[in-house]
Amino acid sequence: MTDRSTVRGRVSRRVRTDPVAGVGAFVVVAAVLLAGFSVVDEFLLDEFVVKSVLHSPYELAPDNRLASPSAAHPFGTDEQGRDILARVVYGTRTSIVIGTGAVAFATVTGVTLGVVTAYYGGLVDDIGMRAMDVLLAFPAILLAIALLASLGRGFTSIIVALGVAYVPSFARVTRSKALSVKSEEYVTAAELMGYPTRNVLVDEILPNCVTPIVVQATFSLAVAIIAEAGLSYLGLGVTPPTPTWGIMLSSAQEYITSAWWYSLFPGLAIVVTVLGFNLLGDNIRDALDPQGDGSERRL
Amino acid sequence: MSVLRIDDLHTYFETRSGTVHAVDGIDLEVEPGEIVGLVGESGSGKSVTADSIMNLVEPPGHIPRGTVEYDGRDVLSLPESELADLWGGEISRIFQDPGEAFNPTQTVGRQLHDVLRSHRHGSVHPLKRALGLDHDAACREQVVEMLDAVDIPNPEERYSDYPHEFSGGMIQRAMIAMALLCDPALVLADEPTTGLDVSIERQILTLFKDLVEEMNTAVLWITHDLSVVAKLCDRVVVMYAGKVMEVGPTDAVLSSPKNPYTRALLQSIPRHDRPDEDLFVMEGDVPDPLNRPSGCRFADRCPEAHERCLDAHPPRYEAGEQESACYLVAEADE
Repeated sequence: MTDRSTVRGRVSRRVRTDPVAGVGAFVVVAAVLLAGFSVVDEFLLDEFVVKSVLHSPYELAPDNRLASPSAAHPFGTDEQGRDILARVVYGTRTSIVIGTGAVAFATVTGVTLGVVTAYYGGLVDDIGMRAMDVLLAFPAILLAIALLASLGRGFTSIIVALGVAYVPSFARVTRSKALSVKSEEYVTAAELMGYPTRNVLVDEILPNCVTPIVVQATFSLAVAIIAEAGLSYLGLGVTPPTPTWGIMLSSAQEYITSAWWYSLFPGLAIVVTVLGFNLLGDNIRDALDPQGDGSERRL
Repeated sequence: MSVLRIDDLHTYFETRSGTVHAVDGIDLEVEPGEIVGLVGESGSGKSVTADSIMNLVEPPGHIPRGTVEYDGRDVLSLPESELADLWGGEISRIFQDPGEAFNPTQTVGRQLHDVLRSHRHGSVHPLKRALGLDHDAACREQVVEMLDAVDIPNPEERYSDYPHEFSGGMIQRAMIAMALLCDPALVLADEPTTGLDVSIERQILTLFKDLVEEMNTAVLWITHDLSVVAKLCDRVVVMYAGKVMEVGPTDAVLSSPKNPYTRALLQSIPRHDRPDEDLFVMEGDVPDPLNRPSGCRFADRCPEAHERCLDAHPPRYEAGEQESACYLVAEADE
């Protein structure tokens, strides 16, 4: 019997009984495993596995440029003759690390800000939310570009830059929900039972704000993966020749009429990954709601 | 010494159209282990009194005059930090709608456990709690005992149920368990049985009465329902428009009320044994709190009002075991 009183119990039950939730979980697990594999393979095994199964993602083959999919190159090759499948596999880690990293950064910062400003109100609320307004005054991608220009290139810089750009939306979503939760009687009751403020914030208010936060997080993850592609395209993202889906997609657009495989496969990788995270996000959101019995699905 | 002693308490609310005198100079005492009923119509200031006792009145409300002493300490001048210890630990509150008073995302047992734990060990780091490292076996055991004491069947299993999985009566029992968990000296109950059907209300009142007698807890039970008072309370305080109209032992007040307002309240109860009689309807409304009459608050609705009543609100006169704020009592003595 599954323990339906724990979130883990409900998530695992849904993944097993609901095919859509299962697909989401499968895609996310597969993407994370692929990302992990590419890191291990490149830095510990010196590309041993990818070389023996496919080709090195960095290996140039000037005589085999833009080859269409074949047995040797299932996804074809790019304009420098590199194997697209190998590069898509290696590109997973960039998208996963930057996407989840930026969203995690934005979630932690934004949610904390949102809950605190909503709970204390007054001056705290004014200062916090006006700061968010300042950030919101710039388009997210411009803000990220400006931050990247001052932080320099690299994984950490992109994560921080995109993370900061997404903080205001998390802070606002959390704050608006927390404001309504704050006036619920159970929050007053907890305070009157002498429950410490810190615990009121984390145990009473936060769990009741989860639904919009999870929705915002899955949505932002998709946007972050695409934004990373945009930044790489502008030459501000990950340094070439590190494979990323974004750089591949942007170089592919020149050849979109002659080499369909070049843009299709990196694009498909982005679509499938984003979809997988969205499906899993829905599932987690439903599972976090104790009033659902953990079986219905709301898409 | 009394557990709670309220002296000349005034709680006002500043609104755009003027000052609302929600509580207008009330005196009240609760002795240890005593159950006092605070009765009155809607808008008479009962709930504001309860808020004032816990020093919960927030702007635009304020308390310009009066003292609230709990166990010899002046609650109204206590700093925040000491208030937090007082709340839940020594004074606890039972809410009108217990379904709303539990966090829907946490199990009932967990919430009770956390209340007890934070009173014993203080605040805990949220991360530690999320990982379940704050779990205290002794606290859990005591929570299960408490759930058992309020007659929740299978308390071990119900411990890990969520609030929405409890029925109305059950969740009210859990609320009572939470209020009594830290063995408070005083419980403020704000119309807690209003939403329950009569048979369950009966069960809960009986259970509650036995429990507080056993634990020697004092209770201030706020209600508009005189039948609840008759069943539960040792003493009753009748409030009207921010003033205390009558105080006395429940039996005495209900059988021979000395104040015209109390009489009117008692007459308003429909009687099944006299079905042909027309229902008694009190004329008029509770006076506008912005515009309270200068004389007796009840004068314009009182069948026995005379000229003297329009001058000033009467002080409380003793009448046997009772006290009644009515000139008629004074005149009867003369």
